[in-house]
Amino acid sequence: MTSAIELVNVSKVYRRYSGRHFATLKSALLKRSLLRDLRPSEAFVALKDVSFSVDKGSTVGVIGRNGSGKSTALKLVAGITKPSAGTVRVTGRVSALIELGAGFHPEISGRENVFINGIMLGLSKRQIEERFDDIVDFAELREFIDAPVKTYSSGMYMRLGFAVAIHVEPEVLLVDEVLAVGDESFTHKCLDKFGELHRQGKTVLIVTHSLGLVERLCDDAVWLDGGQKQLEGDPKRVIGGYLTSVEESERQQMAAATSKALQSAGPNQPLVNMFQATEGRWGSGEIQITSVEVVGQDEQASFVFHSGDRVSVRLRVHAAQPTSDFVFGVSVFNSDGVCCFGTNTDIENMSSERLEGDGEVAFAIDHLDLVEGTYKLDVAVHRRDGAPYDYHRQLYTFRVKSRTPDVGIFKPAHRWTFSTNIRFK
Amino acid sequence: MFANLGTLLRYRGLIQSLVARDLKARYRGSVLGFVWSFVNPLLLLSIYSFVFSKVLPATDSRTRPYAVFMFCGLLPWTWFAASLTDATSSLISGGNLIKKVLFPAEVLPIVSVLTNMVHFLLGLLILAAFMIGFHHYPHAAALPWFPVVIIVQLIFTLGLALALSALTVHFRDIRDLLANVLTLWFFATPILYPYFLPTVERFLWLFRLNPFYHLAVSYQEILFFDRFGHVRSLLLLGLLSIAVFLAGYWLFDRLRDSFAEVV
Repeated sequence: MTSAIELVNVSKVYRRYSGRHFATLKSALLKRSLLRDLRPSEAFVALKDVSFSVDKGSTVGVIGRNGSGKSTALKLVAGITKPSAGTVRVTGRVSALIELGAGFHPEISGRENVFINGIMLGLSKRQIEERFDDIVDFAELREFIDAPVKTYSSGMYMRLGFAVAIHVEPEVLLVDEVLAVGDESFTHKCLDKFGELHRQGKTVLIVTHSLGLVERLCDDAVWLDGGQKQLEGDPKRVIGGYLTSVEESERQQMAAATSKALQSAGPNQPLVNMFQATEGRWGSGEIQITSVEVVGQDEQASFVFHSGDRVSVRLRVHAAQPTSDFVFGVSVFNSDGVCCFGTNTDIENMSSERLEGDGEVAFAIDHLDLVEGTYKLDVAVHRRDGAPYDYHRQLYTFRVKSRTPDVGIFKPAHRWTFSTNIRFK
Repeated sequence: MFANLGTLLRYRGLIQSLVARDLKARYRGSVLGFVWSFVNPLLLLSIYSFVFSKVLPATDSRTRPYAVFMFCGLLPWTWFAASLTDATSSLISGGNLIKKVLFPAEVLPIVSVLTNMVHFLLGLLILAAFMIGFHHYPHAAALPWFPVVIIVQLIFTLGLALALSALTVHFRDIRDLLANVLTLWFFATPILYPYFLPTVERFLWLFRLNPFYHLAVSYQEILFFDRFGHVRSLLLLGLLSIAVFLAGYWLFDRLRDSFAEVV
């Protein structure tokens, strides 16, 4: 198969121009540094040695987090910017849906804008005349086509922009996240149009954060991260790789949040009203919690878990003096500060007998039945009368991910049953 | 660079429709609409001719009727000054196009110049009306040179517009600077006063360095005075204009890749 788009070792360096805020024309002329000032001084590498190709007639999705270079890649393919190194080859007429209706002039009518926009996208006047009715019908704007564009709602504006761009009948269509803004029915219409283009053997390159769209629509996916290509190929596999890396970075964020919370909360802080404090650590210190870990199914400490995982909270404690009066407690809060669950050894009728030196406590949850979200942990050791030895309030953050976007707090194990006359596909 | 110049020809349809759009959009929503294209220069003309024939009367009899004389220089100046002013902000206000659409950026300053040229051509109708009103007609023998002056001015203005628009992307100060430079330039050019004033003749070498001096003199000689003796200078300026255009385009072309990133 021949490729319609080919990037070979492409790098893009965005240049920042030195002290542009200070360098006026006058000083540039005085210092005779006009051309020198126009040269870059600081560089930001948006893409680094990226190669991938898109076969003619295939639909390819580019995914990656914000700032990964996706849009830069698309602009390079569109020819709006030039690569700093490497080559970009595109065969066939390109139409880029980067910003819908980018060239619209608000004061003149939709009709006139269709013509001017069409000419900007490379059509001739006659070609636009031929397609004019299709464009207007697709945009569903027949009654408004002679009104100035400034009177359009943003939805109308985008529909018209999309309609013009799609009727350029490109051989290569580039789409940058434009579907995120339409209403439901228009999005469906656009997706249908993509399907139609696909059947007609047109090449489509989509940049999007909607992984579902990539999985549904694309033959291939490319995952960019930090300006470099991480994976390319089957959408399911690429999306899987991407999600794993997102989890990893979330884990790092949680770890950073936790260590920051711990740093600001030293031991033996004065006793504050523990029912009002949102975050912190306090207690007499006779027994100290020296470390807290949340451990997943793989026995590794982590910060990101999946709904339904087996997890356990592991505490290391140290008692300065042997004692017989101690209670361990654990509570889980969601991001709204709602206590999802809390318990301690006392209310579960375990009467303490002896704690001496170093010890370990594990609180195991067989099924973490929480919906997706960020949660915080309270862990504590205190006397039976409630006086704290060491109380850690919401110092530990972890994240629960779920395959289904269900709502609420608690996600009980559940199943649906239906009578035989109710069917699902 | 020359390949890019060639593609410019392919975009003439686009340039044409953008000029039409700008003209349409400019007066959309105003009551008088397109009539403003006539009213604007007319008002300007009345102000200047009131000041210079009633408040500070021009003494030289050769410049009578003064309104017609002054209009011959003022009209092309307005085209020139407005073109440069519009062109300097054209890339910045058209930033969306440059960043989001594959769009030949040079079209924007060119459209600024051509839009103002249309206003200029419409203004000529008013000039013609004044000539008829004052019974002061240009000499038929000189008239064939009139389109030549216009073309020279067009090329010269395009060159400056390209260079300034490209530089303004990097140095926004040019916009403010330009307004003042243009005021100075206006008074340093024989538009309100005739080029044969003794003061002008004393510093003639200095005046001759001003490209617009030659344009103004040419316009006045062709349209107002009956003899056109400035041919040689005009043709030299024509060569210079081509050089200015090529230099302006070269600069524009060199900075082109930075537009999408800096605008």
